[in-house]
Amino acid sequence: MASLLTRKCIIVGKLTKYVNDYTKRLSSHFIYYPDNEKPVAGETTKMNMMQAINNAMDITLRDDPTAVLFGEDVAFGGVFRCALGLQDKYGKDRVFNTPLCEQGIAGFGIGLATAGATAIAEIQFADYIFPAFDQLVNEAAKARYRSGGQFDSGALTVRTPCGAVGHGGLYHSQSPEAYFAHTPGLRVVMPRGPITAKGLLLSCIRERDPCIFLEPKILYRSAAEEVPVEDYTLPLGKAQVLREGDAATLIAWGTQLHVLLEVAQMAEEKLGVKCDVIDLMSMLPWDEETVCNSVKKTGRCLIAHEAPLTSGFGAELAATIQEECFLHLEAPITRVTGWDSPFPHVFEPFYLPDKWRCYSALAKLIEY
Amino acid sequence: MALRIGVSFVRLNYLRHAVRLLSTHTQPEVINNGGSISDFPGARAPYVTEMKFLNENSYDLIPIYRVMDKNGEVIDNREDPNIDKDTLLHMYKTMVQLSQMDKILYESQRQGRISFYMTNYGEEGIHVGSASALSHRDLVFAQYREVGVFLYRGMTITELVNQCYGNCEDPGKGRQMPVHYGSKQHNIVTISSPLATQMPQAVGAAYALKRVPNNDRCVICYFGDGAASEGDAHAAFNFAATLDCPVIMMCRNNGYAISTPTSEQYRGDGIASRGPALGMHTVRVDGTDALAVHNAVRRARELALNNKPVLIEAMSYRVGHHSTSDDSTAYRPVEEIQKWTKEESPIQKLRLYLERKGFWDADAEKQCVKEARDTVVRTMQEAEKKKRPHWKEMLEDVYYDMPPRLQKQMNQMEKHLEKYSEHYPLNQYQQD
Repeated sequence: MASLLTRKCIIVGKLTKYVNDYTKRLSSHFIYYPDNEKPVAGETTKMNMMQAINNAMDITLRDDPTAVLFGEDVAFGGVFRCALGLQDKYGKDRVFNTPLCEQGIAGFGIGLATAGATAIAEIQFADYIFPAFDQLVNEAAKARYRSGGQFDSGALTVRTPCGAVGHGGLYHSQSPEAYFAHTPGLRVVMPRGPITAKGLLLSCIRERDPCIFLEPKILYRSAAEEVPVEDYTLPLGKAQVLREGDAATLIAWGTQLHVLLEVAQMAEEKLGVKCDVIDLMSMLPWDEETVCNSVKKTGRCLIAHEAPLTSGFGAELAATIQEECFLHLEAPITRVTGWDSPFPHVFEPFYLPDKWRCYSALAKLIEY
Repeated sequence: MALRIGVSFVRLNYLRHAVRLLSTHTQPEVINNGGSISDFPGARAPYVTEMKFLNENSYDLIPIYRVMDKNGEVIDNREDPNIDKDTLLHMYKTMVQLSQMDKILYESQRQGRISFYMTNYGEEGIHVGSASALSHRDLVFAQYREVGVFLYRGMTITELVNQCYGNCEDPGKGRQMPVHYGSKQHNIVTISSPLATQMPQAVGAAYALKRVPNNDRCVICYFGDGAASEGDAHAAFNFAATLDCPVIMMCRNNGYAISTPTSEQYRGDGIASRGPALGMHTVRVDGTDALAVHNAVRRARELALNNKPVLIEAMSYRVGHHSTSDDSTAYRPVEEIQKWTKEESPIQKLRLYLERKGFWDADAEKQCVKEARDTVVRTMQEAEKKKRPHWKEMLEDVYYDMPPRLQKQMNQMEKHLEKYSEHYPLNQYQQD
């Protein structure tokens, strides 16, 4: 059934001739490393990340009669087509456009959750989430705490595309995870590809805490994997070790994870060393245990993210790692990140923590 | 003294209510309870004993002011603005230039020469109609589909195309996506992608102008029907009215916010109905009629300069796709687009008007289109040859003075590029 839908999606996608430049024109700064391990046994279908997200929402709408999906331009599938075909399938009262107002979308979602519905809200770009900041930070995050556990916004999941895409400039490129990771009560999650997107999104939707689900938009079309057709979830607050070694621990999330996978391979070929590569997946709460066990083993740690350096989420990781692993560290913890400037349009190749900047930092880290 | 002011204020309020009751038939019928007026600070309204809910049908639809019909013929000669010939020709040529630029730059994005583009088709009349009724010193806060205003004010095709290419002569130094123009020289604040953020800013700017002695400038703020749903839009209207700001809030209601039609964007009578509700002078005009827009903005400017904020809702149709990232045939019928292209073209209407006046003919048209096209093509070829700005521009202008921490980052990148230069497209950028 799901595979049928996926195929239908592809056909509809072709028919509508929708040109998604954000991925078509990508001048890729990374190689995509598909997941080979399946989280569950059984039938799989090749899906890109957009289709995997579509599939997760399809399962939710199918199995949860209270679930609704909404946001700007969601009715026709959303500008990245993640909701494609879902309005036709589930009706206009369950999959619908909202007026153009992010604070409204977030507040509306909190209201749905308060009254017992499952709310999947789409903010068109993470760069445009800030009008919703008040609703998410002051309301969704604090609803359970302030009511003594009587009310909560746990049934709200906010999906939003984030990250670099080759030509997004200031307002179609940002990675705002650190702003939200500073907010007790929220969960902040970012997948690295189709398999993790489906499993993590289903977890977020069912989790009893409000979740910010950040989707690296460059992966919507460029990343394809054999995704299990059936329903499955991946645990929130858990990191995954994707590559093992003893020379250093490399930590990233989203697109940047793939940069570090390539860097680990380069280090093996050029420097003859093997590294642990960890996909953090959840920024809040984050998996201290997996990270610290790895760093205790390797003694060296490199963290990379697209967002600016200062007060980026790498700062939280570095502070905790030095506290927990101080006597194991052989070198200072290194961060390779976007620079402390807005995200620039034509300078993107110089702005991103690309493989050469990461490799260079790793080489220094190992020689330290 | 205070008491006397208070008394006269109450009298004024009585008077205002009397005038309001007399002046409009849209006032719902009320049974006046002995003529008594309430003293609530929030609404000094009359008491009634009949309960009556109001809804969108309690008021007449706000009419659409127009000067010309479809054929460019002035419907009521008293409304012909009688703009001088040079100005009219400048308005028209700007529209032609704009539509040629749109055509060529849209195609150039398709060919991968620029990363993104947004056309202005169908809304050219709003641009030149408003720009021609303002002083060039009036401050403009635009959304992103008002490049005709830039052109009318004298920003060159070269400057605009350089911005789209993000080359070293882009006034924005290559930092923003295409179509995010701005010009201090022409009093147009640089465009930002987030919607409606410019609206309360425009009101604040207007307040600052108001405080300048002998102020003779106003602010115009452009925004779309979608942006009007943002919280910032409400804040802007409310601030403009309560703080008596010399601002013209110009809504381009083109029917769509990307794929979302106005029927899913708002209920009630469009954006204009919010103006009187919030205490702004309000008019709705035919945005495909440049002369109607001109008249409305000219009158709005007089009001604004008397610190009476104005809301104008210019009705139009977004003939093009939202942007090069969009294919609007996925959510609207092609016939609908064609109707507006053929029958309600703002360019065609003004051309027919000019022809009637004897200011324009087929030869002039042919030459004008050719010149407009040649200018864009030539400029594009030049823009393509220019290098992008030096990579260090990436870290400039974040702060007025670069903080030591950012300086350190620049040094790190410089050292990195010395070692790994072959992996970076340095030859496309200006160098030391």
